[in-house]
Amino acid sequence: MSDAATWIAVVLACAVCFALKLVGHLVPEHWLARPRVARTAALVTVALLSALVAVQAATTGRALVADARLPALAVAAIALALRAPFVVVVVLAAVTAAVLRAMGMP
Amino acid sequence: MSVATGLYGVSFGALSVAAGLSLPQTMALSLLMFSGGSQFAFVGVLGAGGAAGAAIATAGLLGVRNGLYGPQVAPLLHARGWRRPLAAQLTIDESTAVATAQRDPAAGRVGFWWTGVGVFVMWNLFTLGGAVVGDALGDPRRYGLDAAAAAAFLALVWPRVTGPGARLAQLVAAGAVLVALAVTPFVPAGVPVLLAAIVAIVAGMLVRGPATTDREETDEAGDAEPDETTAGSADRPDPEGTP
Repeated sequence: MSDAATWIAVVLACAVCFALKLVGHLVPEHWLARPRVARTAALVTVALLSALVAVQAATTGRALVADARLPALAVAAIALALRAPFVVVVVLAAVTAAVLRAMGMP
Repeated sequence: MSVATGLYGVSFGALSVAAGLSLPQTMALSLLMFSGGSQFAFVGVLGAGGAAGAAIATAGLLGVRNGLYGPQVAPLLHARGWRRPLAAQLTIDESTAVATAQRDPAAGRVGFWWTGVGVFVMWNLFTLGGAVVGDALGDPRRYGLDAAAAAAFLALVWPRVTGPGARLAQLVAAGAVLVALAVTPFVPAGVPVLLAAIVAIVAGMLVRGPATTDREETDEAGDAEPDETTAGSADRPDPEGTP
């Protein structure tokens, strides 16, 4: 994607996200606070983030791949289970993948 | 809290430049989008070769959460004029959690502004630091930054799928992973993540709250169960009248 196209995408995405925040402040009725809407939104967040984990860890383009990212993700999961802070989790995953690749893993 | 959030801004800055965005584009996201989950998703989709439309849609869907926070914090803030768009921009997980955790509205107001401004400043400073470091590192794969992106998403979703009452969230997460991987070979990059969201919409519309089995038939009664106790609790408006 060209630099200009990326800029357009950045600006549009920022505008969408800001508009969503503003709508929450402007909508007079509290229909947004309905439990079903709130619960569905929470589940959408879970689904998107979970799908992003899978896509980032196990795909390249349209191919499903198993490489150094998977053991790195396992290390991240262990760190999270041990309540490690965000940055520690991310750095441990990066280091795991980097070390495995230095050892010859794809 | 601001410092903790700032540190996670380092990860965003580094991952954003690793995904191919320039330093100014990375900073524009932190200044203007200012929503961690949406920002990580946006650069994640673009970095994986996804189309701009898919990246915008994914970021927007993750940003819906912030829209739902509005009705929780707006009554505390009474923001008018130029303060209102400012309050909207600062309406994120952290500021909402702090504002709604206070017993009295004045404390909630103070908590919202201090947390919102504090996180905004730290988030942007640390994004800049992360982007500069990421730029200097070069090849992202060599340093495992692609694995770091997956770990970042796992860390973001973790509090929402652990703890008591997260059963439905776990099922949705598993379904989303299966859908995303199953459709990956057949659709353009970025689309699998969007298709996975359908799992959640179907689940949210069809499934009643876990505590609804035999008590009452109404939605209100069914949805009033406490759920997602940890960080996810800020996700949902507190149902009125929950015992």
